[in-house]
Amino acid sequence: MNKWNMIVDVAKCENCHNCTLSVKDEHVDNNFPGYAAPQPQHGHDWIKITRNVRGSSHMVDTAYLPTMCNHCDDAPCLKVGGKDGAVKKRRDGIMIIDPEKAKGRKDIAESCPHNAIAWNEELEIPQIWIFDAHLLDNGWKEPRASQCCPTDALEAVKISDSEMKERVVNDKLETLLPELGLKPRIYYKNLHRYAKHFLGGTIVTEASGQRECLSGATVNLQQDNKIIDTQSSDMFGDFKFDKLEAGHHYTIEVTCVDHSIKTMDVALGKSIYLGEIELT
Amino acid sequence: MRTTILKTMLLGIPIVLKRTARKYAEQKELMGKYDAVIQIQIKDGSVGRSYHFKNGKLKSQSGVRKEADVRIIFKDVPTAVRLLTPPVDRAEAVHSAKNFAVIQVGPDHIVQWFHDMLNNMDTLGLQYGTPMPDGTTRYTTNGNGGPTFVYVKEDKIIRITPIDLDDSDAESYTIHARGKSFTPKRSGVVDPHALCLKSTIYSEKRILHPMKRVDFDPDGERNPQNRGKSGYERISWDEALDIVAKEIQRQKRKYGPGAIALNFGSHHQWGNVGYYLSSLLRFGNLIGFTRIHPNPDSWEGWYWGASHHYGSALRVGIPSFYSTVEDCLKEAEMIVFWSSDPETTSGYASGHEGTQRRFWAKELGIDFVHIDPNLNPTAQLYGGRWVPIRPGTDSALAHGIMHTWITEELYDKDYIATKTTGFEEWKDHILGTSDGVAKTPEWQADETGVSAHVCRALARAWGNKKTYLSAGGLGAGFGGACRGANGSQWARNMILMMAMQGLGKPGINFGNLQAGTPMDHNFYFPGYAEGGISGELNFTAAAINNYTRMPHVITMNPVKQMIPRLALPEAILEGKAEGYLWDGQSLENQFTPFKYPMPGYSPIHMIYRYGSSSFGTIANSGRMIEAYRDDSIDFVVNQSIWMEGDAEFADIILPACTSFERWDISEWGNSGGYIHHNTDQLNHRMVVMQHKCIEPLGESKSDYQIFSDILSRLGLGVMFTEACREIDWCKRVFESSDTARHISWKKFVKKGYYVVPPEPAETRDPVAYRWYAEGRPKDLPEPMPIPSQFGEKFLHGLETQSGKIEFLPNSLKRGDPDNDERPIINKYIPSWEGRQTKALYDKFPLQMLSTHSRYSFHTYNDGKDSTINDIEDHRVLVDGYYYWVLRLNNDDATDRGIKHHDLVRMYNERGSVICAVDVSPMIAKGVVKAFESAAILDVIEHPKYGRVDRGGCVNLLTPKRAQVKKTSGMGSNSCLVEIEPWTDSALFVTAAE
Repeated sequence: MNKWNMIVDVAKCENCHNCTLSVKDEHVDNNFPGYAAPQPQHGHDWIKITRNVRGSSHMVDTAYLPTMCNHCDDAPCLKVGGKDGAVKKRRDGIMIIDPEKAKGRKDIAESCPHNAIAWNEELEIPQIWIFDAHLLDNGWKEPRASQCCPTDALEAVKISDSEMKERVVNDKLETLLPELGLKPRIYYKNLHRYAKHFLGGTIVTEASGQRECLSGATVNLQQDNKIIDTQSSDMFGDFKFDKLEAGHHYTIEVTCVDHSIKTMDVALGKSIYLGEIELT
Repeated sequence: MRTTILKTMLLGIPIVLKRTARKYAEQKELMGKYDAVIQIQIKDGSVGRSYHFKNGKLKSQSGVRKEADVRIIFKDVPTAVRLLTPPVDRAEAVHSAKNFAVIQVGPDHIVQWFHDMLNNMDTLGLQYGTPMPDGTTRYTTNGNGGPTFVYVKEDKIIRITPIDLDDSDAESYTIHARGKSFTPKRSGVVDPHALCLKSTIYSEKRILHPMKRVDFDPDGERNPQNRGKSGYERISWDEALDIVAKEIQRQKRKYGPGAIALNFGSHHQWGNVGYYLSSLLRFGNLIGFTRIHPNPDSWEGWYWGASHHYGSALRVGIPSFYSTVEDCLKEAEMIVFWSSDPETTSGYASGHEGTQRRFWAKELGIDFVHIDPNLNPTAQLYGGRWVPIRPGTDSALAHGIMHTWITEELYDKDYIATKTTGFEEWKDHILGTSDGVAKTPEWQADETGVSAHVCRALARAWGNKKTYLSAGGLGAGFGGACRGANGSQWARNMILMMAMQGLGKPGINFGNLQAGTPMDHNFYFPGYAEGGISGELNFTAAAINNYTRMPHVITMNPVKQMIPRLALPEAILEGKAEGYLWDGQSLENQFTPFKYPMPGYSPIHMIYRYGSSSFGTIANSGRMIEAYRDDSIDFVVNQSIWMEGDAEFADIILPACTSFERWDISEWGNSGGYIHHNTDQLNHRMVVMQHKCIEPLGESKSDYQIFSDILSRLGLGVMFTEACREIDWCKRVFESSDTARHISWKKFVKKGYYVVPPEPAETRDPVAYRWYAEGRPKDLPEPMPIPSQFGEKFLHGLETQSGKIEFLPNSLKRGDPDNDERPIINKYIPSWEGRQTKALYDKFPLQMLSTHSRYSFHTYNDGKDSTINDIEDHRVLVDGYYYWVLRLNNDDATDRGIKHHDLVRMYNERGSVICAVDVSPMIAKGVVKAFESAAILDVIEHPKYGRVDRGGCVNLLTPKRAQVKKTSGMGSNSCLVEIEPWTDSALFVTAAE
């Protein structure tokens, strides 16, 4: 049995909002009985993009995290609203909150640990991004959000759960809140861009009486006296180690032919640009 | 024999008319619209037949009758037969009409009505739209943000989506580079603003009825001082059109030619028929108008500066990009993005088509560098070294880089020797031999904020690697750096730097993969700048292809008086203005000043305003408020879709419908004219039928219909329409293009689009400037420069006097030798509003950039309760109001006690604008950045601060002066401001009450 999953590549999301605008275009002022009642004109983000900015000076990067209903197989909303049919899990994996049966059920909206269920004040119903089930049932090959994504940051796949498991391993996919074990169907690639930290700097030196960026210097990243990663400084003398955990201690060791070794200890709170490191 | 044929034809007309009336209710209804007698005859009366329409019934009678309402008179029988034989040969019809071999006498509306019925026979059977499983019908449309499908049910738009290509569409191109193959997605990748349009079509800001300002009486007190203050009342179309038509007549009788000015906002729709360069110009030419001459606002420094070094004046100073995508992917090692953010600007009107190609470059390991005060969305998406720079100092950095190239011999000496002139003097300038100041990396550091060693590292990487320079969003051209005081300096340097690196050699060119795909450049479809139906040959590119391909009647504006757009308020308030021509036929045309008023013409007393609001887009736009209220302006009419900005200053408002509610035809991304072959930004060229998806909302009408209705009152209706409706013009445009060779009109209308096959791999066009680098005659498919611009031999050399890239331009030596703001030697001159204007800088220490918006195409998509307002990078909701976003550095925020999403008053001596701040390290210290295109103007007079806007029109604060003396280029990105926390929002509520 093939089921729907969405794979979100955080490194490819550029905050263009084609997906969020498509969702509003699809649902504001449109009623799809059995699937979704109209979305309010404003205030609902059935797909939401959150920004994370890391670093300082010139070494700044951003990541945009699209979030939406995770269509979890073991969803708390299903536990709360499944018995009376207010929340339904379709055979293709898609979760539907019945707009009729879920009326007044704020408990369903509040049950979601991902905060992905919006509460429609006017209609008094909980609402989610329904993976465009109403369109898929009419022959669409994918939901609008992925169809209009310029970078393929959103990829909707309908495959078996075992095939999906394979993809998770091969593409190093993650889910949000994995510790809850909810079996979400939205997977993330390059989540570290949003969730993890980097440690970077610029190697400079004095040559012929003037300061120069030093490219080709070897930069070792050490943790507990072990080298865990190595980079060569680039044409601007920059290096940048990513996917690091906050709250850890790291040591940077910079070496270059004809220069003395330099080491620095860093207690990583969040992403940090160390500034210029001068080799003599 | 011919007489018999003609008689049979005349006899047949009522038969087919009646047949279509039986078949189509629309035709039946139309037939009952008027009771009238139409006479068709030969001039000498030898053959004729009259058609009697009464109560929806039609009878015809042989012979010539005296009582006809409309008389269609053919010179002779052969002419009549020729013009009545279907399909109508438009060239013949236009030719005969121009030479009065056929004339139509009678009231315009009856003539038009009769032709509508005849034209209906051609169009009523047309099928269009695809029925979908969910009960909707799927139509097609096209716009600034790209082509889309429009799903409609019961005359209501349900959804708007991108177009996925199907198997019957032409195949995609493939580029092989460095062992990999790249083929684009088979989908039209659109911009966000293409996907918000449903919300704006049904916005509460739509104007659904003609309106009159309550205290405006055309026959009594007009109260111009209350424009923008007093409210509106609904009036009928007849009343509105009568007032406008009478006012046009009154202006001409009272003041003489020139009293009426036509003014329009930036691109608010898309198409070849209902466009400002099409219908609006045709309308204007038929009444005569003072032209508000635009400045090349997206190009500026390229036109006023760069072109003098290497030509390309007809491209407004921008190079062409032929086949650079393939060359870049195969050869380049680095791309330097300099004031270049294609992810925001989409090159120009080409959706996100370039995005995947830049990912191909990343996949191939091509290095990216981004020089910009802002870590812009392009830099964010692709990464690469960000080089934050102070606005307006780019030219100094360029000097520093070139200093390194010269001292370390990292430039192409052979190219310099054989393909350029004046380098020795330039070298002396850079090294300081001539003026005692060496333009070293250290010299530039304090000015630009870019460290000397970073400047050197960049120079070395650039000098050692085959590098593409992306100087602006399109790949060259555009870009915020060309729109400041130093805009022409910067653009000039971009040319000089590429000259030093060998422009045109493999892997060395202008571009960022945004333009230069292997499209078929020989396939003709008109872009909007080709004038559509305007018949205007001077201020559009119609004369090149469109005018001959789609025969139509020429129109001419007899009024030569012009007002430079940047000086429109001064023209009104001070009664005079001076500007410089935007005319790319030669490098010299831009030196010609023009003055307002022009001898013999009346100053303007009426403004015919069309399209979108300009308060967000024109420099120092608050001046226009006073101008609108000036006593000298008797009448302001605004033809607008939405009640916003300029519309709120009109006496009469004519409600126009959106392009979803009328017919049009166009090609995606095809602007034509100055950006010739702009469609090679796309992965698939798409010619699109802009279906009339829904009926016009309320009482709104298409722009074309409004113009036609006004002109009918002046007896010019059929002169305007050539007896065609919009759908008929669409067919004429279609037939004028090469599309008609590949798909029938019927099939095209039914499907809604046609994909032009890409150029086969073996016949792809040569790479731009390769011919020049290799010393061959030019081999590119571009008609520019015009033939006379070659110095010695056609196709040999560039447009400059020497035919080479000139470090010291001859055109400047001849045309503007003593301009200290545009010197012959392109030395660095600090901004006239920047860090070095100390007194001003002390008061206003932040440099404000206002760039093209990412989420709204100019003001077209902003405001009006659009769904883009929910995007936090566009507007931020604070206390129930959507505020414009201002990007601010963390340190600057901390210094001022400002937090993320706080409201601030951004101000200088020109006014105040309330914004919500986005605090981050993504913007250089000392710089704030907003978009330029707020549609909302929401001003109060504050007791302490004077005029305060919270709509987000940051252009209220930008300087009005030309970027460089003796040009009409704007310098909006040289703008000093200060910001402070704002807590007075309640004042707006009080003011509103």
